[in-house]
Amino acid sequence: MGNTKYILGSFADPDDMMHGIDKLQKNNVSIYDCFTPMPIHGIEAKLGVKPSRLPIAAFCFGALGTLLGFSLLYYTMVHDWPMNIGGKPSFAIPNFVPVTFEVTILICALGMVATFFYRNHLFPGRTPRVMDLRATDDRFIIAIDAHENTDHALIDTILKETGAVEVKYNDRKYVSYE
Amino acid sequence: MGTHNHHHDYNFNERYEFAGKAKTFSIIAIVVGIAAVAYGMLMGDHILVERTYANLLLMGYYFTCVCAAGAFFVALQYVTQSAWSAGLVRIPQAMAGILPIASIILLVIVGLGLSTHNLYHHWYAEGLTDPNSPNYDSIIAGKSWYLNFSGFLSRQVIFMGLYSIFAIILAKLSYKEDLEGGLNSYKKSFKLSAIFLVIFGFTTPIWSFDTIMSLEAHWFSTMFGWYNFAAMWVSGLCVITIVLIVLKKAGYMSWVNENHLHDLGKLIFGFSIFWTYVWFAQFILIWYANMPEETVYFYKRWEPEYKPWFWLNIIINFLAPLLLLVDRDAKRKQNAMLFVAILLLAGHWLDYYIMIMPGTVESHRGFGIVEIGTALGFVGLFTFLVMSKLSKQGLVAKNHPFLDESLHHQI
Repeated sequence: MGNTKYILGSFADPDDMMHGIDKLQKNNVSIYDCFTPMPIHGIEAKLGVKPSRLPIAAFCFGALGTLLGFSLLYYTMVHDWPMNIGGKPSFAIPNFVPVTFEVTILICALGMVATFFYRNHLFPGRTPRVMDLRATDDRFIIAIDAHENTDHALIDTILKETGAVEVKYNDRKYVSYE
Repeated sequence: MGTHNHHHDYNFNERYEFAGKAKTFSIIAIVVGIAAVAYGMLMGDHILVERTYANLLLMGYYFTCVCAAGAFFVALQYVTQSAWSAGLVRIPQAMAGILPIASIILLVIVGLGLSTHNLYHHWYAEGLTDPNSPNYDSIIAGKSWYLNFSGFLSRQVIFMGLYSIFAIILAKLSYKEDLEGGLNSYKKSFKLSAIFLVIFGFTTPIWSFDTIMSLEAHWFSTMFGWYNFAAMWVSGLCVITIVLIVLKKAGYMSWVNENHLHDLGKLIFGFSIFWTYVWFAQFILIWYANMPEETVYFYKRWEPEYKPWFWLNIIINFLAPLLLLVDRDAKRKQNAMLFVAILLLAGHWLDYYIMIMPGTVESHRGFGIVEIGTALGFVGLFTFLVMSKLSKQGLVAKNHPFLDESLHHQI
């Protein structure tokens, strides 16, 4: 078991997996991550997952979009080629609102998608990082770092006791690269 | 955070008891309201009488809109098959339940206002449609096929009557579900809600054209209906939130937690932005086109006596929810949500004030006994009626098919 990097407990039932998490935590086994084919309410809080920082990226991209939209309008409507439209002044703020708003939304949305893809290795053409392929289908996986938690026998027992259908000892982190 | 718990200790037979201070204060508020209206009507001042009518219209319309928003909320939850709200639907149901009373009050106000010429005199007055009269107004004459005494009142009766009927049936089906269980009530409610939403969606803009926009009958805006819908929906959500928080603070509805409050907060936040969007869309089109027959609406609201309130309207109804509710934690805290909901209710009072007053009392606007008293009276009446309604049924629709999912709601 010396080369084992990660221990994966594979559950067929999400409730069993949740009990598994409880039992492991009670025995001071730190859990690396869980992978499930569907969202499970309460799992983030149980695992102590920190809130996503995506909103920060959203704010930055939004601010960038506001700046870009406003500058585009200012350059075209005021600086480069001012036009008389209905006798309104060239630099009329209400005019600027719709376009600035739309560019803000556009840059914010595209930026968030790009950030999300970058962070999760989901860019088209990249092999996605998957620790257990069946986690995208019908299995609920608890992944445990085998170097941090040395008592592998205890982990094995707990996982099987709480209803794991299968326990894997993987020498590499991501199986999707094979 | 609990485990995936399928056992709960909630008392689903819990009943709200409407008594004590809440009841006393709501009755005092009603008395204050009646006194203020009597003061406005009986002082012998013609302008004050008109101002009182305008205030009654404002609060009567506001009251009816909030109750209609309750019916809309209930129907929307059925049609979208929402689970999160299953634990708190009794609150909008109670609001919908008093829609018939609100409708009758509004009907009396618009009926009296119309026939005494204190409201809607821009299109309903002697000689306006008679080519031989010195009062002849060709624009009003051209609209008289639509804007006339009987047409106006029958539309009011039909629209509010329809909303009330659906509101009552939807509430009744839910109460029946408490006793009988099963899915029959839910399935029927789903169908009825779908029909109701179609009717509601097509008629509320027309209803607001009639009730509010026709106060300045020369002017029109096709955005006005959505603008009013947005105001109605935001204020309705705020009232649901306030009632919920008040009940929770009194120790009721333990099954509703910060996750459900968070959802209400997101709706209030989102629809405040939507309100601004529609408000601005209406404004920019008129501002840009710069046609005198359209700009007159904003010209009146730009006069010195309305201008500060015009700006305050945007600050309260857009900037305040934007800044105060953007944070996740704020939407999950009872006190923060209570503050924003009360602020927005005041904000939408101001919104209706800006819609109604320049077309009725114009430069004779005021803010005094009549305004505050009428508003207090209607708040008291609403509290009294909704809380009495709530106390008559269990506080949870205990056989709602999505109740269990609602209990486990987490965001």
